[in-house]
Amino acid sequence: MTPQDRKYTKTHEWVKLDGATAVVGLTDYAQDSLGDITFIELPPVGKKLVKGKGCCVIESVKAASDIYAPVSGDVSAVNKELESHPEQINGDPYGNAWIMKINNVAQADLADLLDAAAYDAFAALES
Amino acid sequence: MKKTIFYDTHVALNAHMGPFGEYMMPIRYEGTLKEHIAARSGTALFDTCHMGELMIEGKTACSDLESILSCGVSSLKIGRCKYGFMCTPEGGVIDDLLIYRFDENSIFMVVNASTRENDFAWLRENCSKTTAVTDISEETAKIDVQGPGSVKIMRRLLERSIETLTYYSFMRNAYRGKELLVSRTGYTGEIGFEIFCDATSALAIWNGAMELGARPVGLGARDTLRLEMGFPLYGHELDKSHNAAESGFERAIDRDKRFIGSEFVLSPQKSTWLLSGILLDDRRAARMGDRISDMHGNEIGTVTSGSFAPSVERAVAMGYIHKEYNRIGEPVIITADRYELTGKISETPFYKHGTARSRITDFL
Repeated sequence: MTPQDRKYTKTHEWVKLDGATAVVGLTDYAQDSLGDITFIELPPVGKKLVKGKGCCVIESVKAASDIYAPVSGDVSAVNKELESHPEQINGDPYGNAWIMKINNVAQADLADLLDAAAYDAFAALES
Repeated sequence: MKKTIFYDTHVALNAHMGPFGEYMMPIRYEGTLKEHIAARSGTALFDTCHMGELMIEGKTACSDLESILSCGVSSLKIGRCKYGFMCTPEGGVIDDLLIYRFDENSIFMVVNASTRENDFAWLRENCSKTTAVTDISEETAKIDVQGPGSVKIMRRLLERSIETLTYYSFMRNAYRGKELLVSRTGYTGEIGFEIFCDATSALAIWNGAMELGARPVGLGARDTLRLEMGFPLYGHELDKSHNAAESGFERAIDRDKRFIGSEFVLSPQKSTWLLSGILLDDRRAARMGDRISDMHGNEIGTVTSGSFAPSVERAVAMGYIHKEYNRIGEPVIITADRYELTGKISETPFYKHGTARSRITDFL
Protein backbone atom coordinates (compact mmCIF):
# COMPACT_ATOMS: atom_id res chain seq x y z
CA MET A 1 0.00 0.00 0.00
CA THR A 2 1.21 3.48 -0.81
CA PRO A 3 1.39 5.40 2.48
CA GLN A 4 -1.08 8.27 2.89
CA ASP A 5 1.16 10.30 5.19
CA ARG A 6 3.38 11.74 2.45
CA LYS A 7 3.52 13.20 -1.05
CA TYR A 8 4.89 11.84 -4.30
CA THR A 9 6.55 13.01 -7.52
CA LYS A 10 6.06 11.78 -11.06
CA THR A 11 9.73 10.78 -10.95
CA HIS A 12 8.90 8.30 -8.17
CA GLU A 13 10.31 9.97 -5.06
CA TRP A 14 8.31 10.35 -1.85
CA VAL A 15 8.52 13.31 0.56
CA LYS A 16 7.36 13.22 4.13
CA LEU A 17 7.35 16.32 6.28
CA ASP A 18 8.81 15.88 9.73
CA GLY A 19 8.39 19.32 11.28
CA ALA A 20 10.31 21.65 9.00
CA THR A 21 12.39 18.81 7.53
CA ALA A 22 11.44 16.90 4.39
CA VAL A 23 12.42 13.22 4.41
CA VAL A 24 12.90 11.80 0.91
CA GLY A 25 12.92 8.27 -0.44
CA LEU A 26 12.06 6.15 -3.45
CA THR A 27 8.63 4.63 -4.01
CA ASP A 28 7.85 0.95 -3.94
CA TYR A 29 6.84 1.08 -7.58
CA ALA A 30 10.25 2.58 -8.44
CA GLN A 31 12.25 -0.01 -6.51
CA ASP A 32 10.24 -2.80 -8.10
CA SER A 33 10.79 -1.41 -11.60
CA LEU A 34 14.51 -0.97 -11.03
CA GLY A 35 15.06 -4.40 -9.53
CA ASP A 36 17.81 -5.17 -7.07
CA ILE A 37 19.54 -1.95 -6.10
CA THR A 38 23.29 -2.41 -5.86
CA PHE A 39 24.68 1.10 -5.48
CA ILE A 40 23.68 4.59 -4.39
CA GLU A 41 25.63 7.83 -4.61
CA LEU A 42 24.32 10.13 -1.89
CA PRO A 43 24.64 13.90 -2.09
CA PRO A 44 26.96 15.62 0.40
CA VAL A 45 25.31 17.07 3.49
CA GLY A 46 24.88 20.83 2.96
CA LYS A 47 24.32 20.53 -0.78
CA LYS A 48 21.73 22.96 -2.12
CA LEU A 49 19.06 21.13 -4.06
CA VAL A 50 16.89 22.53 -6.80
CA LYS A 51 13.46 20.99 -7.23
CA GLY A 52 13.37 18.69 -10.25
CA LYS A 53 17.14 18.44 -10.67
CA GLY A 54 19.06 15.19 -10.27
CA CYS A 55 20.60 14.95 -6.81
CA CYS A 56 21.52 11.32 -6.38
CA VAL A 57 22.45 8.34 -8.57
CA ILE A 58 21.06 4.89 -7.99
CA GLU A 59 22.06 1.68 -9.76
CA SER A 60 20.31 -1.61 -10.11
CA VAL A 61 21.92 -4.73 -11.50
CA LYS A 62 21.27 -3.63 -15.03
CA ALA A 63 21.05 0.16 -15.14
CA ALA A 64 21.78 3.50 -13.51
CA SER A 65 19.09 6.11 -12.84
CA ASP A 66 18.77 9.51 -11.22
CA ILE A 67 16.83 10.52 -8.16
CA TYR A 68 15.42 14.03 -8.55
CA ALA A 69 15.03 16.56 -5.77
CA PRO A 70 11.29 16.63 -5.00
CA VAL A 71 11.65 20.07 -3.36
CA SER A 72 14.32 22.76 -3.20
CA GLY A 73 16.34 23.07 0.01
CA ASP A 74 19.55 22.02 1.75
CA VAL A 75 20.56 18.44 2.41
CA SER A 76 20.65 18.13 6.19
CA ALA A 77 21.26 14.37 6.51
CA VAL A 78 21.79 11.31 4.32
CA ASN A 79 21.19 7.65 5.10
CA LYS A 80 24.81 6.43 5.08
CA GLU A 81 23.68 2.87 5.81
CA LEU A 82 22.44 2.64 2.22
CA GLU A 83 25.97 2.99 0.85
CA SER A 84 26.89 -0.48 2.07
CA HIS A 85 23.34 -1.89 2.01
CA PRO A 86 21.51 -0.27 -0.90
CA GLU A 87 19.29 -3.38 -1.11
CA GLN A 88 17.39 -1.95 1.87
CA ILE A 89 15.65 0.28 -0.66
CA ASN A 90 14.10 -2.87 -2.15
CA GLY A 91 13.15 -4.22 1.25
CA ASP A 92 11.76 -1.18 3.04
CA PRO A 93 11.40 1.76 0.64
CA TYR A 94 8.97 3.73 2.83
CA GLY A 95 10.65 3.06 6.16
CA ASN A 96 14.28 2.38 7.04
CA ALA A 97 15.49 3.09 3.53
CA TRP A 98 14.84 6.84 3.56
CA ILE A 99 17.51 8.46 1.41
CA MET A 100 17.99 12.04 2.58
CA LYS A 101 16.55 14.82 4.68
CA ILE A 102 16.12 18.35 3.36
CA ASN A 103 15.92 21.59 5.37
CA ASN A 104 14.77 25.09 4.41
CA VAL A 105 11.99 23.76 2.24
CA ALA A 106 9.77 26.29 0.51
CA GLN A 107 6.17 25.33 1.32
CA ALA A 108 5.13 26.27 -2.20
CA ASP A 109 7.26 23.41 -3.52
CA LEU A 110 4.99 20.92 -1.82
CA ALA A 111 1.81 22.20 -3.41
CA ASP A 112 2.07 20.43 -6.75
CA LEU A 113 3.17 17.05 -5.41
CA LEU A 114 0.82 14.10 -5.74
CA ASP A 115 -1.06 12.43 -2.94
CA ALA A 116 -0.98 8.62 -2.61
CA ALA A 117 -4.08 8.00 -4.73
CA ALA A 118 -2.94 10.33 -7.51
CA TYR A 119 0.52 8.73 -7.48
CA ASP A 120 -0.91 5.22 -7.66
CA ALA A 121 -3.03 6.22 -10.63
CA PHE A 122 0.02 7.77 -12.31
CA ALA A 123 2.20 4.69 -11.65
CA ALA A 124 -0.52 2.39 -12.95
CA LEU A 125 -0.63 4.36 -16.19
CA GLU A 126 3.11 4.25 -16.54
CA SER A 127 3.33 0.48 -16.08
CA MET B 1 8.95 -10.79 -30.78
CA LYS B 2 9.42 -14.53 -30.52
CA LYS B 3 8.32 -16.48 -27.48
CA THR B 4 9.74 -19.69 -26.12
CA ILE B 5 7.46 -22.55 -25.02
CA PHE B 6 7.89 -21.27 -21.46
CA TYR B 7 6.44 -17.83 -22.10
CA ASP B 8 3.16 -18.54 -20.29
CA THR B 9 5.08 -20.20 -17.45
CA HIS B 10 7.17 -17.05 -16.98
CA VAL B 11 4.12 -14.82 -17.01
CA ALA B 12 2.37 -17.06 -14.48
CA LEU B 13 5.47 -16.80 -12.27
CA ASN B 14 5.18 -13.01 -12.43
CA ALA B 15 8.48 -12.60 -14.25
CA HIS B 16 9.63 -9.21 -15.47
CA MET B 17 9.93 -9.93 -19.18
CA GLY B 18 12.22 -8.12 -21.56
CA PRO B 19 13.58 -8.45 -25.08
CA PHE B 20 16.76 -10.45 -25.63
CA GLY B 21 17.61 -10.53 -29.31
CA GLU B 22 14.40 -11.56 -31.05
CA TYR B 23 12.94 -13.19 -27.96
CA MET B 24 10.86 -11.99 -25.02
CA MET B 25 12.66 -13.58 -22.12
CA PRO B 26 12.38 -13.50 -18.32
CA ILE B 27 14.80 -10.92 -16.89
CA ARG B 28 13.96 -11.70 -13.27
CA TYR B 29 11.32 -13.35 -11.15
CA GLU B 30 11.89 -12.76 -7.44
CA GLY B 31 14.92 -10.54 -7.94
CA THR B 32 18.30 -10.88 -9.57
CA LEU B 33 20.28 -11.07 -6.32
CA LYS B 34 18.13 -13.86 -4.85
CA GLU B 35 18.27 -15.74 -8.12
CA HIS B 36 22.02 -15.33 -8.31
CA ILE B 37 22.38 -16.81 -4.83
CA ALA B 38 20.01 -19.65 -5.74
CA ALA B 39 22.42 -20.69 -8.50
CA ARG B 40 25.48 -20.47 -6.24
CA SER B 41 23.99 -22.29 -3.25
CA GLY B 42 20.82 -24.08 -4.36
CA THR B 43 19.32 -24.95 -7.72
CA ALA B 44 18.65 -22.56 -10.57
CA LEU B 45 16.36 -23.28 -13.50
CA PHE B 46 16.85 -21.39 -16.76
CA ASP B 47 14.75 -21.32 -19.89
CA THR B 48 17.36 -21.44 -22.65
CA CYS B 49 15.03 -22.50 -25.46
CA HIS B 50 16.05 -19.43 -27.43
CA MET B 51 19.47 -20.90 -28.12
CA GLY B 52 20.16 -22.57 -31.45
CA GLU B 53 20.92 -26.24 -32.10
CA LEU B 54 22.43 -27.53 -35.30
CA MET B 55 23.34 -31.04 -36.51
CA ILE B 56 26.35 -31.56 -38.74
CA GLU B 57 26.46 -35.07 -40.17
CA GLY B 58 28.16 -37.18 -42.81
CA LYS B 59 31.52 -38.77 -43.43
CA THR B 60 33.06 -35.34 -44.09
CA ALA B 61 31.37 -33.62 -41.10
CA CYS B 62 34.37 -33.73 -38.79
CA SER B 63 36.92 -32.76 -41.40
CA ASP B 64 34.71 -29.87 -42.55
CA LEU B 65 34.23 -28.59 -39.02
CA GLU B 66 37.94 -28.99 -38.38
CA SER B 67 38.55 -26.36 -41.06
CA ILE B 68 35.68 -24.08 -39.92
CA LEU B 69 36.07 -24.07 -36.12
CA SER B 70 38.96 -22.88 -33.97
CA CYS B 71 38.84 -25.87 -31.64
CA GLY B 72 39.98 -29.41 -32.31
CA VAL B 73 37.10 -31.51 -33.67
CA SER B 74 38.45 -34.91 -34.79
CA SER B 75 40.27 -35.28 -31.49
CA LEU B 76 37.03 -34.84 -29.54
CA LYS B 77 35.93 -38.13 -28.03
CA ILE B 78 32.42 -39.46 -28.48
CA GLY B 79 30.37 -38.36 -25.45
CA ARG B 80 32.39 -35.20 -24.86
CA CYS B 81 31.71 -31.49 -25.44
CA LYS B 82 34.06 -28.72 -26.48
CA TYR B 83 33.96 -24.92 -26.59
CA GLY B 84 35.12 -23.19 -29.77
CA PHE B 85 34.80 -20.24 -32.13
CA MET B 86 33.58 -19.89 -35.68
CA CYS B 87 35.71 -17.17 -37.29
CA THR B 88 35.67 -14.90 -40.30
CA PRO B 89 38.62 -15.17 -42.71
CA GLU B 90 40.08 -12.18 -40.81
CA GLY B 91 39.84 -14.05 -37.51
CA GLY B 92 36.84 -12.14 -36.11
CA VAL B 93 34.31 -14.16 -34.11
CA ILE B 94 31.11 -15.13 -35.95
CA ASP B 95 29.96 -17.06 -32.91
CA ASP B 96 31.12 -18.93 -29.85
CA LEU B 97 29.61 -22.37 -29.50
CA LEU B 98 29.70 -25.82 -27.97
CA ILE B 99 30.11 -28.97 -30.03
CA TYR B 100 29.03 -32.42 -28.90
CA ARG B 101 30.57 -35.50 -30.50
CA PHE B 102 27.58 -37.80 -31.02
CA ASP B 103 29.48 -40.44 -32.98
CA GLU B 104 32.17 -40.81 -35.62
CA ASN B 105 30.28 -38.81 -38.23
CA SER B 106 27.86 -36.58 -36.38
CA ILE B 107 28.31 -33.44 -34.35
CA PHE B 108 25.64 -31.54 -32.43
CA MET B 109 26.29 -27.81 -32.08
CA VAL B 110 24.78 -25.30 -29.64
CA VAL B 111 24.96 -21.69 -30.81
CA ASN B 112 23.71 -18.28 -29.72
CA ALA B 113 20.17 -17.25 -30.60
CA SER B 114 21.06 -14.02 -32.37
CA THR B 115 23.73 -15.62 -34.54
CA ARG B 116 21.99 -18.88 -35.34
CA GLU B 117 20.81 -18.05 -38.85
CA ASN B 118 24.20 -16.65 -39.83
CA ASP B 119 25.98 -19.65 -38.37
CA PHE B 120 23.75 -22.00 -40.32
CA ALA B 121 24.37 -20.14 -43.59
CA TRP B 122 28.11 -20.01 -42.92
CA LEU B 123 28.27 -23.74 -42.20
CA ARG B 124 26.27 -24.55 -45.34
CA GLU B 125 28.55 -22.37 -47.40
CA ASN B 126 31.75 -23.85 -46.04
CA CYS B 127 30.85 -27.54 -45.69
CA SER B 128 31.28 -30.15 -48.44
CA LYS B 129 28.28 -31.48 -50.34
CA THR B 130 28.68 -34.72 -48.42
CA THR B 131 28.05 -32.98 -45.09
CA ALA B 132 24.46 -32.38 -44.05
CA VAL B 133 23.82 -29.30 -41.90
CA THR B 134 20.39 -29.19 -40.24
CA ASP B 135 18.90 -26.54 -37.98
CA ILE B 136 16.91 -28.41 -35.31
CA SER B 137 16.34 -25.37 -33.05
CA GLU B 138 12.58 -25.21 -33.61
CA GLU B 139 11.96 -28.75 -32.40
CA THR B 140 14.57 -28.66 -29.62
CA ALA B 141 13.68 -27.30 -26.20
CA LYS B 142 16.47 -26.55 -23.77
CA ILE B 143 16.59 -25.91 -20.04
CA ASP B 144 19.62 -25.44 -17.80
CA VAL B 145 19.56 -26.78 -14.24
CA GLN B 146 22.52 -25.32 -12.37
CA GLY B 147 23.86 -25.17 -8.84
CA PRO B 148 24.93 -27.50 -6.02
CA GLY B 149 21.38 -28.81 -5.62
CA SER B 150 21.00 -29.67 -9.29
CA VAL B 151 22.63 -33.08 -9.00
CA LYS B 152 20.06 -34.50 -6.58
CA ILE B 153 17.19 -33.01 -8.54
CA MET B 154 18.36 -34.37 -11.86
CA ARG B 155 19.00 -37.77 -10.32
CA ARG B 156 15.41 -37.83 -9.09
CA LEU B 157 13.98 -36.71 -12.42
CA LEU B 158 16.01 -38.65 -14.97
CA GLU B 159 15.65 -42.38 -15.49
CA ARG B 160 19.30 -43.36 -15.83
CA SER B 161 22.23 -42.73 -13.52
CA ILE B 162 24.06 -39.46 -14.11
CA GLU B 163 26.93 -40.23 -11.75
CA THR B 164 29.36 -40.93 -14.57
CA LEU B 165 28.86 -37.48 -16.11
CA THR B 166 32.13 -35.59 -15.84
CA TYR B 167 32.57 -31.89 -16.63
CA TYR B 168 31.98 -31.30 -20.35
CA SER B 169 30.56 -34.73 -21.07
CA PHE B 170 27.03 -35.70 -22.10
CA MET B 171 24.78 -38.74 -22.23
CA ARG B 172 21.45 -39.97 -23.52
CA ASN B 173 18.93 -40.17 -20.76
CA ALA B 174 15.15 -40.22 -20.46
CA TYR B 175 12.27 -38.57 -18.63
CA ARG B 176 9.01 -40.53 -18.31
CA GLY B 177 10.06 -42.78 -21.15
CA LYS B 178 11.05 -40.00 -23.51
CA GLU B 179 14.64 -39.81 -24.68
CA LEU B 180 16.66 -36.66 -24.09
CA LEU B 181 20.21 -35.41 -24.06
CA VAL B 182 21.88 -34.12 -20.91
CA SER B 183 25.32 -32.55 -20.66
CA ARG B 184 27.34 -31.42 -17.66
CA THR B 185 27.84 -27.93 -18.95
CA GLY B 186 26.47 -24.49 -18.21
CA TYR B 187 27.09 -20.79 -17.97
CA THR B 188 27.12 -20.20 -14.22
CA GLY B 189 30.40 -21.69 -12.96
CA GLU B 190 28.42 -24.10 -10.79
CA ILE B 191 27.92 -27.81 -11.21
CA GLY B 192 24.93 -28.30 -13.43
CA PHE B 193 23.29 -29.61 -16.53
CA GLU B 194 21.92 -28.54 -19.86
CA ILE B 195 18.99 -30.62 -21.06
CA PHE B 196 17.87 -30.90 -24.67
CA CYS B 197 14.49 -32.45 -25.24
CA ASP B 198 11.03 -31.99 -26.76
CA ALA B 199 8.66 -29.28 -25.59
CA THR B 200 6.39 -31.56 -23.54
CA SER B 201 9.29 -33.06 -21.60
CA ALA B 202 10.84 -29.63 -21.04
CA LEU B 203 7.67 -28.24 -19.46
CA ALA B 204 7.29 -31.33 -17.28
CA ILE B 205 10.94 -31.31 -16.19
CA TRP B 206 10.66 -27.61 -15.35
CA ASN B 207 7.66 -28.26 -13.12
CA GLY B 208 9.25 -31.36 -11.61
CA ALA B 209 12.43 -29.45 -10.78
CA MET B 210 10.41 -26.59 -9.23
CA GLU B 211 8.56 -29.09 -7.03
CA LEU B 212 11.93 -30.43 -5.87
CA GLY B 213 13.11 -26.95 -4.87
CA ALA B 214 14.71 -25.47 -8.00
CA ARG B 215 14.09 -21.74 -8.51
CA PRO B 216 13.49 -20.06 -11.84
CA VAL B 217 16.33 -17.69 -12.70
CA GLY B 218 16.19 -14.96 -15.31
CA LEU B 219 18.66 -13.42 -17.69
CA GLY B 220 19.65 -10.76 -15.14
CA ALA B 221 21.25 -13.32 -12.85
CA ARG B 222 22.45 -15.37 -15.81
CA ASP B 223 24.53 -12.32 -16.69
CA THR B 224 25.91 -11.65 -13.19
CA LEU B 225 26.74 -15.36 -12.79
CA ARG B 226 28.66 -15.60 -16.05
CA LEU B 227 30.40 -12.29 -15.46
CA GLU B 228 31.71 -13.42 -12.08
CA MET B 229 33.24 -16.39 -13.90
CA GLY B 230 34.75 -14.27 -16.66
CA PHE B 231 32.70 -16.09 -19.30
CA PRO B 232 32.17 -14.11 -22.52
CA LEU B 233 28.79 -13.05 -23.91
CA TYR B 234 28.54 -12.79 -27.68
CA GLY B 235 27.91 -9.19 -28.72
CA HIS B 236 29.81 -7.91 -25.67
CA GLU B 237 33.14 -9.72 -25.30
CA LEU B 238 33.03 -11.42 -28.68
CA ASP B 239 32.26 -9.97 -32.09
CA LYS B 240 33.52 -9.90 -35.64
CA SER B 241 35.75 -6.90 -35.00
CA HIS B 242 37.88 -8.69 -32.41
CA ASN B 243 40.27 -11.43 -33.42
CA ALA B 244 39.39 -14.66 -31.57
CA ALA B 245 42.89 -14.80 -30.04
CA GLU B 246 42.26 -11.45 -28.39
CA SER B 247 39.61 -13.13 -26.26
CA GLY B 248 42.38 -15.01 -24.48
CA PHE B 249 40.37 -18.24 -24.47
CA GLU B 250 43.32 -20.40 -25.46
CA ARG B 251 41.52 -23.66 -24.80
CA ALA B 252 39.07 -22.83 -27.58
CA ILE B 253 41.90 -22.47 -30.09
CA ASP B 254 43.86 -25.41 -31.50
CA ARG B 255 47.23 -24.01 -32.54
CA ASP B 256 48.22 -27.17 -34.43
CA LYS B 257 45.76 -26.86 -37.29
CA ARG B 258 44.56 -24.47 -39.97
CA PHE B 259 41.00 -23.16 -39.95
CA ILE B 260 39.11 -20.22 -41.45
CA GLY B 261 40.71 -17.15 -39.89
CA SER B 262 43.70 -19.03 -38.44
CA GLU B 263 46.24 -16.86 -40.28
CA PHE B 264 45.05 -14.02 -38.10
CA VAL B 265 44.12 -15.92 -34.97
CA LEU B 266 47.42 -17.80 -34.72
CA SER B 267 49.63 -14.83 -35.49
CA PRO B 268 50.55 -12.83 -32.36
CA GLN B 269 51.31 -9.75 -34.52
CA LYS B 270 47.65 -9.61 -35.58
CA SER B 271 46.43 -9.20 -32.00
CA THR B 272 46.36 -5.76 -30.43
CA TRP B 273 44.01 -6.29 -27.50
CA LEU B 274 43.54 -8.85 -24.80
CA LEU B 275 40.24 -9.45 -23.05
CA SER B 276 40.81 -8.88 -19.34
CA GLY B 277 39.01 -8.88 -16.05
CA ILE B 278 38.80 -5.73 -13.96
CA LEU B 279 37.97 -5.88 -10.26
CA LEU B 280 36.59 -2.51 -9.22
CA ASP B 281 37.26 -0.97 -5.84
CA ASP B 282 33.61 -0.25 -5.05
CA ARG B 283 30.05 -1.36 -5.82
CA ARG B 284 29.32 0.98 -8.70
CA ALA B 285 29.28 -0.82 -12.05
CA ALA B 286 31.17 0.05 -15.20
CA ARG B 287 29.16 -0.43 -18.38
CA MET B 288 29.81 -1.47 -21.95
CA GLY B 289 31.66 1.26 -23.85
CA ASP B 290 33.28 2.94 -20.83
CA ARG B 291 36.91 3.94 -21.36
CA ILE B 292 39.77 2.24 -19.51
CA SER B 293 42.89 4.32 -18.73
CA ASP B 294 46.11 3.68 -16.87
CA MET B 295 47.22 5.86 -13.96
CA HIS B 296 49.04 8.22 -16.32
CA GLY B 297 45.87 8.98 -18.22
CA ASN B 298 46.68 6.87 -21.28
CA GLU B 299 43.56 5.35 -22.75
CA ILE B 300 44.33 1.63 -22.86
CA GLY B 301 41.02 -0.07 -23.52
CA THR B 302 37.21 -0.33 -23.49
CA VAL B 303 34.75 -2.06 -21.20
CA THR B 304 32.66 -4.83 -22.78
CA SER B 305 30.49 -5.80 -19.76
CA GLY B 306 30.17 -4.71 -16.17
CA SER B 307 27.93 -5.24 -13.18
CA PHE B 308 27.81 -5.45 -9.45
CA ALA B 309 28.97 -8.99 -8.67
CA PRO B 310 26.82 -10.35 -5.83
CA SER B 311 29.19 -13.15 -4.77
CA VAL B 312 32.24 -10.87 -4.89
CA GLU B 313 30.36 -8.00 -3.22
CA ARG B 314 32.02 -5.51 -5.54
CA ALA B 315 31.60 -4.47 -9.12
CA VAL B 316 33.50 -6.38 -11.78
CA ALA B 317 34.00 -5.72 -15.47
CA MET B 318 35.53 -7.21 -18.55
CA GLY B 319 37.13 -5.28 -21.33
CA TYR B 320 39.64 -5.23 -24.13
CA ILE B 321 42.91 -3.75 -22.90
CA HIS B 322 45.90 -3.06 -25.12
CA LYS B 323 48.11 -6.11 -24.67
CA GLU B 324 51.19 -4.05 -23.79
CA TYR B 325 49.35 -2.56 -20.81
CA ASN B 326 47.74 -5.77 -19.74
CA ARG B 327 49.32 -6.78 -16.44
CA ILE B 328 47.43 -8.49 -13.62
CA GLY B 329 47.23 -6.18 -10.59
CA GLU B 330 47.76 -3.00 -12.60
CA PRO B 331 45.51 -0.17 -11.36
CA VAL B 332 43.14 1.34 -13.93
CA ILE B 333 40.60 4.13 -14.11
CA ILE B 334 37.29 3.61 -15.86
CA THR B 335 35.53 6.70 -17.14
CA ALA B 336 32.15 7.46 -18.61
CA ASP B 337 30.43 10.81 -19.06
CA ARG B 338 29.21 10.91 -15.50
CA TYR B 339 31.67 8.97 -13.37
CA GLU B 340 35.18 7.82 -12.80
CA LEU B 341 35.78 4.45 -11.18
CA THR B 342 38.97 2.82 -9.95
CA GLY B 343 39.98 -0.81 -10.07
CA LYS B 344 42.69 -3.28 -10.95
CA ILE B 345 43.29 -5.62 -13.84
CA SER B 346 42.37 -9.00 -12.42
CA GLU B 347 42.52 -12.67 -13.17
CA THR B 348 39.25 -14.43 -13.90
CA PRO B 349 37.19 -16.02 -12.53
CA PHE B 350 36.43 -13.23 -10.10
CA TYR B 351 34.44 -15.73 -8.07
CA LYS B 352 36.75 -18.57 -7.13
CA HIS B 353 34.44 -21.05 -5.38
CA GLY B 354 32.44 -22.29 -8.36
CA THR B 355 31.55 -25.99 -8.23
CA ALA B 356 31.42 -26.65 -11.99
CA ARG B 357 34.43 -28.95 -11.98
CA SER B 358 33.75 -30.67 -8.66
CA ARG B 359 33.07 -34.39 -8.44
CA ILE B 360 29.41 -35.13 -9.05
CA THR B 361 29.39 -37.66 -6.20
CA ASP B 362 30.14 -34.86 -3.73
CA PHE B 363 26.62 -33.54 -4.36
CA LEU B 364 24.59 -36.74 -4.03
